[in-house]
Amino acid sequence: MIGNLPFVACVVLIILGLYTLIFKRNLIKIVIGLNLVQCGVNLFLITLGYKSDSVAPIYTMAGKEEMVLPTPQALTLTSIVIGLATTALILSFAILIYKHYKTADASKIRRLRG
Amino acid sequence: MINEHLPALIIGIPLLAAFATPLISKINDKLRNIFVIGVLGATLCLVVSLAFNVFDNGIFVYVMGAKSTGLSLPSGYRMPIRIILEVDGMSIFMAIISSVVAFFGAIYSWAFMHKETGKDKYYTLLLILTAGMFGMEFTGDMFNFFVFLEITSIAACSLVGFKIRRGESSEAAFKTMVLYTLGALFVLFAVGILYGQYDALNIATLASRIQYTAMDKVALGLLVAGLAMKAGAVPMHMWVPDAYAEAPAPITMILVANSQASLYGIFRVCFTLYGLTISTHTVGWIIIILGILSMFIGVTMALIQKKIKRLMAYHAISQTGYMLLGVGVGLAVLSDANALNSYGLKAMEGGIFHIINHAMYKGLLFLTAGAVIYTTGKRNLNELGGLAHKMKFTTIFFIIGAAAIAGLPPFNGFASKLIIYESVYKFNPMLSIIAMLVSILTLASFVKVFQSAFLGPEIIKIKKEPKTMIFAMLCLSVIIIAFGLFPDIVVDKIVAPAANALVNSMQYIAAILGGA
Repeated sequence: MIGNLPFVACVVLIILGLYTLIFKRNLIKIVIGLNLVQCGVNLFLITLGYKSDSVAPIYTMAGKEEMVLPTPQALTLTSIVIGLATTALILSFAILIYKHYKTADASKIRRLRG
Repeated sequence: MINEHLPALIIGIPLLAAFATPLISKINDKLRNIFVIGVLGATLCLVVSLAFNVFDNGIFVYVMGAKSTGLSLPSGYRMPIRIILEVDGMSIFMAIISSVVAFFGAIYSWAFMHKETGKDKYYTLLLILTAGMFGMEFTGDMFNFFVFLEITSIAACSLVGFKIRRGESSEAAFKTMVLYTLGALFVLFAVGILYGQYDALNIATLASRIQYTAMDKVALGLLVAGLAMKAGAVPMHMWVPDAYAEAPAPITMILVANSQASLYGIFRVCFTLYGLTISTHTVGWIIIILGILSMFIGVTMALIQKKIKRLMAYHAISQTGYMLLGVGVGLAVLSDANALNSYGLKAMEGGIFHIINHAMYKGLLFLTAGAVIYTTGKRNLNELGGLAHKMKFTTIFFIIGAAAIAGLPPFNGFASKLIIYESVYKFNPMLSIIAMLVSILTLASFVKVFQSAFLGPEIIKIKKEPKTMIFAMLCLSVIIIAFGLFPDIVVDKIVAPAANALVNSMQYIAAILGGA
């Protein structure tokens, strides 16, 4: 059970993120919610490859045989970089919306409807 | 020599050209436009030559940076670790759509974007979007699929919000980006779940190892939900009308192809990745119900719209429903060989044929809407009227597109819809009747657009549409009529291989694992 705790933490993070996305009205908070989901997924990937009492997967001068799995770390790195790009783009749209509408309240930004 | 590297070149050339575009912009605007159109034309030629290769020799496997797909340890343990591109009939079918649409989009953009600033960024993003779509369609690796999915998301949303002087554009782009990113994260989470259980990212290897445990069901749900969100199926369709209406018209056309690339993702996951294990009946019905909902809700929402592109965007949702319906029927009877041969395969062919038809006629309709907005500067149907007096070509193209989407003979929409009606009727008559009803409502809605925008007295001053825009629309119209007149040839040559590639998932797996 205690070994599964990191996975529970990931799911809690993701659910918190989804809650923020659905129920918060501020544009910046929506972006934060999206980032929470992203962090949860990244943490999940890292946890998949983790092994307790093991070393970083670098063969040169490695002290012992047990190593953590490097593939999920490579995946997470890629996903973090992509996450940075998407967050930057969304925040720039949030700035533009604020310029045009003079508000960051999603319930008032409703020129497109129907 | 060049034949060996075709899949990598098709992704690589637009990607490299994308980053060369701003540099060439520094020299001359005209040179840049010619360069972009040339690159997309060359890519189209490469796609066609790869298509001949795939139809003649079967599945094309390309390994990035090595000769063999896997690594053999001295102990004899062999595992596929490299990034591979695997091109089968379905992948190449989608690539043909993407390249045609991107090529004509670039030609149309020449005149359409003439007055805008920041065109170097526009063309860069257009090329990245195209490269991303090819990547999604060719890749044989789940994580790679996620990466290309995000590449298309970022490029597509930047283009949706391209006109930053309009607040509406930014609003649409924000909404779209949030949903795209969320969908992509669902996909990544599912990839993580699959990797944690089966220690592989390769689609073929995963498909051969998959057990369909409870966690796999969660992963399937996440994959289908995430990709359906990006494909714009009801109930995750809220971004579609906003994004399609606010993007520049040529981009809207490419966005349609981009949504279809996600649709391809759903089919690939359901047929190939889970094809050997899922209870295809249940999942097939889920996809059919998604399709019916998309069809019906899309068209009823379209009937009440007043803005021309928003109306067409709701029709795009509705037409996506036909594809889901056709392929969903095929999936529902996948395990029943008799039913599959008597009508299941036919239904899938109809659904897949509808994908290419939809890309063509919907692209044409969005381009005519773009021409209307370009010449009049108005988006609201109530302010438009009498356009047929001055814009004769656009009027004819609009009639062709509207007749095709409503399923009137002899246009291509009729050909694919007829296949869908006939085969789905054998599966369940109710579904077929709903599909026909939706088709009638579609016709009603386009008659309304035609009457209020093109007929009547001239009430506004307009200028003539530029030549490059007419050329792009003319080419699409020719394709539509050609497909409508000779549907058998198209179905035999490119649609049937695509449907067979989805049904025979064992071939896809054997191409990587060598029959084992």
